[in-house]
Amino acid sequence: MMTFQEIKKSFLAAIWFMFLTFPIMVIKVNTIEKTIEWHWWRMAAVGLGAFGLSFLWRYLIRRKEAGKRKAEVGGEDKQTLVQRLLSNPRFYLPGLIATAVMVVAFPFVFSLYQTNIMITALIYVVVGLGLNIVVGLAGLLDLGYVAFYAVGAYSYALLNVHFGVSFWMALPIGAALAFLFGILLGFPVLRLRGDYLAIVTLGFGEIIRLVLENWNEFSFGPSGIANIPKPGLFGIDLNLQQSTTFIYFLMIALALMTIFVVRRLQDSRIGRAWIALREDEVACQAMGIDKTRTKLSAFALGATWAGMGGVVFAAKTTFINPTSFTIWESIIILCVVVLGGMGSIVGVIIGAMILILLPEYLRAFSEYRMLIFGVILVLMMVFRPGGIISDVRRTYKFEGLGNKTENKSQ
Amino acid sequence: MKPVLSVSQLTMDFGGLRAIDHIDLEVRAGEIVALIGPNGAGKTTFFNCITGIYTPTGGDMLLAAPGEGGPVRLNGLKPNKVTENGMARTFQNIRLFPNMTVLENVMIGRHCRLHSGIPGAIFRPPANRREEKQIVEDSYRMLEKIGLTGYVNEFAKNLPYGAQRRLEIARALATEPFILLLDEPAAGMNAQETKELDELIVRIREQEKVSILLIEHDMKLVMSLSDRIYVVDYGKRIAEGAPEAIKNDPAVIKAYLGEDIDA
Repeated sequence: MMTFQEIKKSFLAAIWFMFLTFPIMVIKVNTIEKTIEWHWWRMAAVGLGAFGLSFLWRYLIRRKEAGKRKAEVGGEDKQTLVQRLLSNPRFYLPGLIATAVMVVAFPFVFSLYQTNIMITALIYVVVGLGLNIVVGLAGLLDLGYVAFYAVGAYSYALLNVHFGVSFWMALPIGAALAFLFGILLGFPVLRLRGDYLAIVTLGFGEIIRLVLENWNEFSFGPSGIANIPKPGLFGIDLNLQQSTTFIYFLMIALALMTIFVVRRLQDSRIGRAWIALREDEVACQAMGIDKTRTKLSAFALGATWAGMGGVVFAAKTTFINPTSFTIWESIIILCVVVLGGMGSIVGVIIGAMILILLPEYLRAFSEYRMLIFGVILVLMMVFRPGGIISDVRRTYKFEGLGNKTENKSQ
Repeated sequence: MKPVLSVSQLTMDFGGLRAIDHIDLEVRAGEIVALIGPNGAGKTTFFNCITGIYTPTGGDMLLAAPGEGGPVRLNGLKPNKVTENGMARTFQNIRLFPNMTVLENVMIGRHCRLHSGIPGAIFRPPANRREEKQIVEDSYRMLEKIGLTGYVNEFAKNLPYGAQRRLEIARALATEPFILLLDEPAAGMNAQETKELDELIVRIREQEKVSILLIEHDMKLVMSLSDRIYVVDYGKRIAEGAPEAIKNDPAVIKAYLGEDIDA
């Protein structure tokens, strides 16, 4: 419905955008001929575009508000299309088979480049699921998560340089070291929550990066460590194509294991304690849950996955230096979790795929790539603040008095 | 009879402010005791002290399970240890876990009585499966007792207000306490709901064999329920005794009930 009020609003928005974009869109200085070219038609385009889009924007906001009201009145949480598909057995099984076929065929159908991107995305799936334990389940905002990723990567690289430790030995060692670092970080932040916790973890992440950058004798400083061996397969010599395919399947296996473990954890006594901690810390303690242990276990287990992801990352790129472990990485991993849907495993997987694959495929748009990326993030948070797939809690069905039959999980 | 909870000379200072001033209090097995007083008298602070949320400045708090060995000193214990020792509580402003289902809320209450750890969660050995099944069944039974089975799989945040209050009680009972602390359980309830709550509390005491210590402003409820009443004002205990005696105590009338004692 177009009322006078709405038209006025959109008109003002259009004027405002024309004014804002005036210097960059309209004025073009030709430095050779020392003249100024005026692109007035661009201003008109911006104006028309803003006018039209502001209608669309308001329409979408209204639709979202209406949906929210309906959900409140109905008292039932509306399920998304994806959730309905996931819970419907008729789609679930064929979907699963189709996915499995695609996953297996992927490295043979697509090029080396595509497989490499997919490996990166899978590393983010594993690491994202790890952070999901800390942020999504236990509700502890961790901005220094990449530190554990660095711990994993460097433990493989350094152990290999000094002691010739193989990838398969380094994988559990990297995981264990990250676990220890998780506890190490956990202790000082036990009393903190929310913004304070975020700042301390941010500092922790930076400390690890700065140590790696400046302690030359230990970590070889900014020049990093090169020639890290790729994972071996019973001593068989693999060419580049084969070893990439091997790492791909290794990552698939690791991702499956992560999904399996995280899924079981979140439906266990520990998982429930994490969620209770997220929901209300005081009540959680008053109900007999040991806050210290619960927090530490969340930090340590979350860090373990980052450690494993780090080991694979070092093996895949064969070269690491501190620039791979900046705050930007932490933010991307956090975005994976938040965008995908906090606490939801499927959500995190989809989030990782979108966030890692999208910038790669947007390379065609070169300089607009990060702009589009940013716009998508903003739109997601405005229209679906719960993430792509929000967490569904396990439900139980009871027949008669106390005779319970389990119904379904997420 | 032996007291299950005995608090002596409890004092709590917030900087220069003395919120609780040498309060003595005793709850015996199977008793319903009320703690009343005007707003800001220090009742909730008292609860927070004995449940370990605050560390009191001075005094002694002893908890003794009925029929068992020596009492446990609560000073300095963390809230989860206090709960483990058999004292559970509810909160004045409802503190459920809003994004967990009703059943899961009660299952959290079972947490401290069970032991399965991380390996158990991942590998799910038979013992763990049994335990998990037991938690679900016990929690469901608890919901039956409190009359909330209709909401089992609802999110706690979607429950009507009265049901949320009852769910808090169910969650506290799931920790198997022998003494239950209720912080204004009838706050915001209408007459009908209050009446149901009255019956529920009496039933809980009989069925679950718990002592109850409650803070409440609804005088009708307090007078009908309580075996004994403690009155505090400005952090000090000003009276103690049976409901009839409290009704006619001049100090209480002056401090709290006002001139009109028909309330």
